[in-house]
Order: sequence, then structure tokens, then C-alpha cells
Amino acid sequence: MKQIPAPLLTLTIGVAVTLVSLWVGFNNSLLPEQASAQSVLVDNFFNVMVVIGTALFLVVEGAIVYCMIAFRRRKGDDTDGSPIEGNLPLEAFWTAIPAIIVIGLGIYSVQIFQDMGGFTPGDMVHDHGTMIAQSSDSALQGLAPEGAQPELLAKSVYGFGAPLEKEGLSADLEVNVSGMQYAWIFTYPDSGIVDGELHVPVNADVQLNISAQDVIHSFWVPQFRLKQDAIPGKDTELRFVATKPGTYPVVCAELCGGYHGAMRTQVIVHSPSEYQKWMESRIAQAEPTTTEAIAVNPADLTDAEYLAPYGADIDVDAQLLAHLAH
Amino acid sequence: MAQANITSDMVGQSFPHPDKWKWYHYFTFNIDHKVIGIQYLVTAFFFYLVGGVMALVMRSELATPNADLIDPNFYNAMLTNHGTIMIFFWIVPAAIGGFGNFLVPLMIGARDMAFPKLNAAAFWITVPAGALIIGSMFFGGAQAGWTSYPPLSRITANTAQSMWILAITLVGTSSIMGAVNFIVTIWKMRVPSLKWDQLPLFCWAMMATSILALFSTPVLAAGLILLLFDINFGTSFFDPAKGGDVVMYQHLFWFYSHPAVYLMILPIFGIMSEVIPVHARKPIFGYKAIAYSSLAICLVGLFVWVHHMFTSGTPPWMRMFFTVSTLIVAVPTGVKIFSWVATLWGGKIRYTSAMLFAIGLLAMFVLGGLSGVTLGTAPVDIHVHDTYYVVAHFHYVLFGGSVFGLYAGLYHWFPKMTGHMLNEPLGKLHFVLTFIGTNLTFLPMHELGLKGMPRRVAMYDPQFQYINIICTVGAFLLGLSVLPFIINAIWSWRNGPKASGNPWNAKTLEWTTDSPPIIENWNVLPAVTEGPYEYGHEPAEVSSS
Repeated sequence: MKQIPAPLLTLTIGVAVTLVSLWVGFNNSLLPEQASAQSVLVDNFFNVMVVIGTALFLVVEGAIVYCMIAFRRRKGDDTDGSPIEGNLPLEAFWTAIPAIIVIGLGIYSVQIFQDMGGFTPGDMVHDHGTMIAQSSDSALQGLAPEGAQPELLAKSVYGFGAPLEKEGLSADLEVNVSGMQYAWIFTYPDSGIVDGELHVPVNADVQLNISAQDVIHSFWVPQFRLKQDAIPGKDTELRFVATKPGTYPVVCAELCGGYHGAMRTQVIVHSPSEYQKWMESRIAQAEPTTTEAIAVNPADLTDAEYLAPYGADIDVDAQLLAHLAH
Repeated sequence: MAQANITSDMVGQSFPHPDKWKWYHYFTFNIDHKVIGIQYLVTAFFFYLVGGVMALVMRSELATPNADLIDPNFYNAMLTNHGTIMIFFWIVPAAIGGFGNFLVPLMIGARDMAFPKLNAAAFWITVPAGALIIGSMFFGGAQAGWTSYPPLSRITANTAQSMWILAITLVGTSSIMGAVNFIVTIWKMRVPSLKWDQLPLFCWAMMATSILALFSTPVLAAGLILLLFDINFGTSFFDPAKGGDVVMYQHLFWFYSHPAVYLMILPIFGIMSEVIPVHARKPIFGYKAIAYSSLAICLVGLFVWVHHMFTSGTPPWMRMFFTVSTLIVAVPTGVKIFSWVATLWGGKIRYTSAMLFAIGLLAMFVLGGLSGVTLGTAPVDIHVHDTYYVVAHFHYVLFGGSVFGLYAGLYHWFPKMTGHMLNEPLGKLHFVLTFIGTNLTFLPMHELGLKGMPRRVAMYDPQFQYINIICTVGAFLLGLSVLPFIINAIWSWRNGPKASGNPWNAKTLEWTTDSPPIIENWNVLPAVTEGPYEYGHEPAEVSSS
């Protein structure tokens, strides 16, 4: 090592660490496939952190291993090491560099968070009253139940709203999502469809209005990189654009009881024509059930009875549902 | 207690005591800080084994995707009590109660803690608390996670949940009593020749820990007592149907429980700063930076709690504010890591078991810290919150960090505590098994979480089975790794070679007395003539860095 000048060695190590880190950062297959507009933003951010993290990891672990080998006690040597107690420039350096990195990451997070729609949850809810009056957009017809306006206005909504470029615009499709032990119920207010699975058209701006009936649940689609708790007594929303047709898991991420792990269903991202077909078939199919549903007050039913029609769809067996009867 | 005994003529004098404690004195209301320290450590280690068995039950269940081994409700009781026991009955009492009590008076040249009876009371409060936790298992066990979020905690296993709340409240009370005691002891009872900049870094860490405990623990107690009233007395603080707010509980809980993370790691950082210089035979690098970074972590650590609630009912500004504050914690933590690595640099490292565990901690904590930075940012946390990625992260910090640190401390101070040396080959075997087991168990969990497996589930998507089997194998290896330590500790305590007063040739004050120390620590209090880490200097040379 004496032959290689120190600056050259440092440079070589630096370049090697940088290359390896970049490669790890952008070639890791740690994340599932990207199926929403937000997933691309999150992954880019995550991968940048993987690059920085890998570089720091290699440097620190490399230093530890080097010390362990180079500065091990030799046999028979009972003397102490050199009495170095500190080095101000070095300490300032390793305080400043992480500080700059985390400030940079902080700013970057705010940017990504804004692009994801993190700053605008609940925007559209406030506008429902006026928008319904003005708009001829069929998607909005019959959305808010009569008399709900004052309550909606008074509440704040948490979650993810419109992405930056759609700010102030209402979503193409709204779906009400209700979490209960141990199922998700998806209601399409403009068509009256009720389903145990979420069906959305690809490339549509979808807004989920999330609520919980009993305990806290958390709506998570790993392929969308989006998660929002469903909280009793609070309104939350998730707005996303699914970018890739396919079937993805919907997972409950907040401990909600014994069968929390079984609270899984799926989101099916359709091409527009397929989505239309699905909707028509469901409307045709659902007519009788809808009237029935209106005739029966859900509060009079046990969870098991209420859920039974969805049991087949949501991968929860009837026996399990029977356990839920209060 | 015999109040009449405490008269003014007792002040400044010692209580009558035998020359040496007998074994049965360790089972009494003994006010010697060293006895209390060992009481804490042994009790905590018992609970470590209980919590470990619970972990193995869970990992066995998770070897297959279906809930086919145990009832899912019992699984939830396991995960709740595993977390609770490991935090409140193992790491916190072992690190603060055990090492803090045993070492702080010895390190500052005091004969005992400032309030010895308060100290003993703080320990004995944890005994009914432990009994409540174990007792709650006979009522189904609390099942709402160690976080016990309402509404789930309001409606599930009410008796067990109430016992759980009482247990945690008792432990919290004990923690507050301990915190007051440490602050006063370190502030007022240092031997006069010991200046602040000669204070061992473990004591700085205990100071920061105690301040943090004092500020944050009452908030947890408040949250839990409201929950207790909701469950048992018909109040509706956290009942949304009656106007209660479930998110308020999360704020109360995390205002304590995030700082609790630092309660579990700051004392361990203190242990690191003691163990590394001794076995590297070098002064600690950047004494002041390490001391002040403990205080910085303590301060910033009070303002990061909402990063546990990024997917909850949290407004955008809060998500961003707490992203930035969380990231800032990485800076003082990084300073410590870099300083320890720099302490190794140019040393003459002795590979004792204590040093191996300390270096193991250093190596693994780096990964835990880096994954912590990714978790601190809201955009990524939205995806990985409540997944196995979080489980991986906090086990790297709490197992790779805290537990490794506790082991490093045990190997380092066992001779001082018992007067016997531990067996080194067994210690090294223990280290190798634990290091492999830890990485085998927790490294793959990062991928599980990123790929989509939520935490706290008894049943999971079959695509994750392969990785789960690796984790389960690792967990059993970890279970096995405890055996060499138990055999070593029991055997060495009775038969190990006698330890001299200063077997490691260390410079802090606890090594200036016998092993084990006499009951009031020294016949004549030591005088401090040099800093605690002046290796490689001539003894007379006093540094003024």
C-alpha cells in the first residue's frame, strides 16, 4: 500500500463506492411493480436514498472492517494505541455532510410529497355543494347525500388529494371505501354498485373516500405505494391514477383484530372498455340487490349476514364471518 | 418502613449493614445501588427469555402462510406482549435500571444514589407490574399491539388490556422515580475532583436519558389512564361514536413512545463509549461531540413523534414538519457512529467478547440508522409504514443495537459485578451465533415489507413464505444463541476465575475499587487526577482537549 499515493487510493475507492452505490440504487429489485403515478415518484426517491445509503454503508462498514484488521492487537503487545482525542475539522466534516444530506432529503421529500398530492387532501370535498349545482359531469351526480354538506364542511380530511397538475379539479371517479373487521366494502356512489373488490379504469384520476366502521384499518396497495388509515370518526381520502392494467392486492396494514392478516382483497385495474363492461354487468346484476339493500337496515344485520354476499369475493369464508356475529 | 430511623443524625451517615451481602439480601428491599442494579438485570433477563419464547411462537406460526398453529387472537396476544416485555421489562430496565444503577454511583465516586429508598421502591414497583403482565396472559392477554390503539384496545380482551395498562403505568412510575434519582445523583453527588468534562460518557448518556424520561413518561401515563377509564368506567375520550378522538390517543402514546426508543438506545450508546476505548486501548474520539450529541438526540427526540402517524389522521404540514425533524436526528447519531469508528482507528483492538458485541452493534446499527432515514421521510413511509420493513428497521436498532449493547456491557462489567471472569470462548461462540442469527432473522424482513407484507399478521400471502422461512430459521438460531450465555453466566458466577479490581486495565472510577465492590464502594473515596479515557498518556498528563 506504501507504493500507492494516498490521494489516488482515496479517489479510486471513492469512484468504486460511487459506482457500486449507483448500481445498487437503480438496479435493486426490492420494490414491487409500479402501477400508479405516485409509485414512480416514491421509487425514484427511495432509490436515491438507497444510493446515498449504500455509499455511507460501504464507507462505514469498510472503515470498521479495515480497523478490525489493521488495528488489531498483535501478540505480546500490551501497550496502548496513540492518544488521539479528536480532530475538529474531521468532526465538523462528518457533522456537516450528514446535515447537508438530510436537509437535501427533507426538501426532496416535500417536493415528492407535493407531487403525490399530499398537500391537497379534502380539497374537493369542500366544493361538492357548488360543484354538483354547476357541473353536468355525470360522475358527480348524486354524490353527496342531502343534508351532509354542513358536516362535510366542518371536518378536515386527511390523506392524499389531487396531484399538482390536477389541483382544483375533481376526480374522474369517486369510490367510497369502508373498512370493517375484516373486509373492505367499495361503494360507487354514481352507479350504486357495491363490491368487495375495487375496480378502476386505467389512467383515470380516482378518489377513494375512506371510512371505518369499527376499528382503525389501513388501506394499502403496495403496487400503488399508497396507504391511508381508515379511522372511525375521521374522513380520509386517497387520490391516485392507476397506470397499469392488472390485479393488485389490497392489504389492511393496521392491526384490526384476530383476522387482520386475512383482511385482504384486490384492486382490478381495467382498460376503459373493460371497465365499462364490468360496470354494465354489475348494474344489471345489482338492480334487485340494491332495492333489497335499501329495504333492509344494515344496522339490523349481524356483520356475518351483512358480509355474506361479499364473502366469496373477498376471500373470507362464511365460518369466519359467523365468528363476527356480535 | 422504619420512618423513625431516619433522624437528623443519620444524615451523611450510612445505614448499618453487614460486611457483605448474602444471596438472600438480593431478594429483599435492599437500598444498595449495586444490589438494585443486579436485581434489575436478573429480572430483566428473565423477561428477555419470556419475550424471546413469544417471538419463537410467532416465528413458528409464520413458517406457513396460514394461521394453522395457534389461534390468531393468541397470536395477537403474543405480538403485543413480546413487544411490551422486550421494551418495558427487558431493554429499559436492564439498560437504565440495571447498568444505570450499578454504574452511575461507581463512575462518579459516590457511595450510593441520591435517594436509595426511592431507588429500591422503583425496582420493587416493577415486580407487581411484571406479575400483571404475566397474569394478563391468563385472561387472554392484551391483543391490540404494544401501541394499543383504540378503538381496538377498547373492545378487545378488556380484563387483560386493563391489566396491561396498569402494568405499563407502574413501569412508567418506576421510570420517573429512577429518572429523578439519576439527575440528582449525577448533578450533585460527583466526587468533588470530578469535573463535568471528566464525567464518563455513560453518565452523560444517563443524564440525557433521564431528562427524556422525565418529560415524556407522564404523557404516556395520561393517555393510558384515559384509555383505562374508557374501558372500565364508561368514559368516551377515544370513542368516536360519542365525540371522542382516536388520533388524540396516538399523539399521547407516541409523544412518550418515540422518546422511549431513545430511552432504549441512549444508555446503550453510553455503554458503547465505555467499552470501545477500553478494549481499543485508545481515548474516546471526540468526547465533547459524543456527550453533546446525547443531549441533542434528547432534545430533537422530543419533537419527532408524528413520524409514527404519517398514514393516520395527520394534516400535510405535520407530515412534512416531522419528516424534517426526524431526519435531523440522523446527524447527532451519525456523529456518535463516526466517533466510535475513529476510536477504533489507530487503536490496539483486543477481541474480547465485550468488544465483539460492541463492534457487532456498530456494524448493525449503521443499517438500522440508514433504514431509519428512509422511514423518516413521509413519501417512503406511506408505502412501508406498518410493514415488515419497519419490523426489520427497529430490530436492527433494538436487537442489533440495544441487545448487543447490553451484552457488550454484561461481558465488560460482569467481573466488576460478580468478582468472576466470564469464559471467553463461550462468549465468542455466543457472539457468533447471535450475530448470524440476528442478520438471518431481520435482514430478509426489509424485503418482505417493501414487497408488500404487513406486520402483525398471523396469516399472509403465500408468495412471502420462502423469505419467512429464512426469518424463522434465524429466529431459532437466536433462541439457541442464548444458551452459551446462560451456561457461561451461571457457571462463571459460581466458579469463574477470580477477577481483579481492574481486569481490563480501564480508567473509569468503578475500576478503582474491588470486584465486586465493597458495600459502600470505597473505604476512602477516590480522587480524580485524569480523564476517563486517557489511554496512551502518561498518567500524570491531564488533557485539556
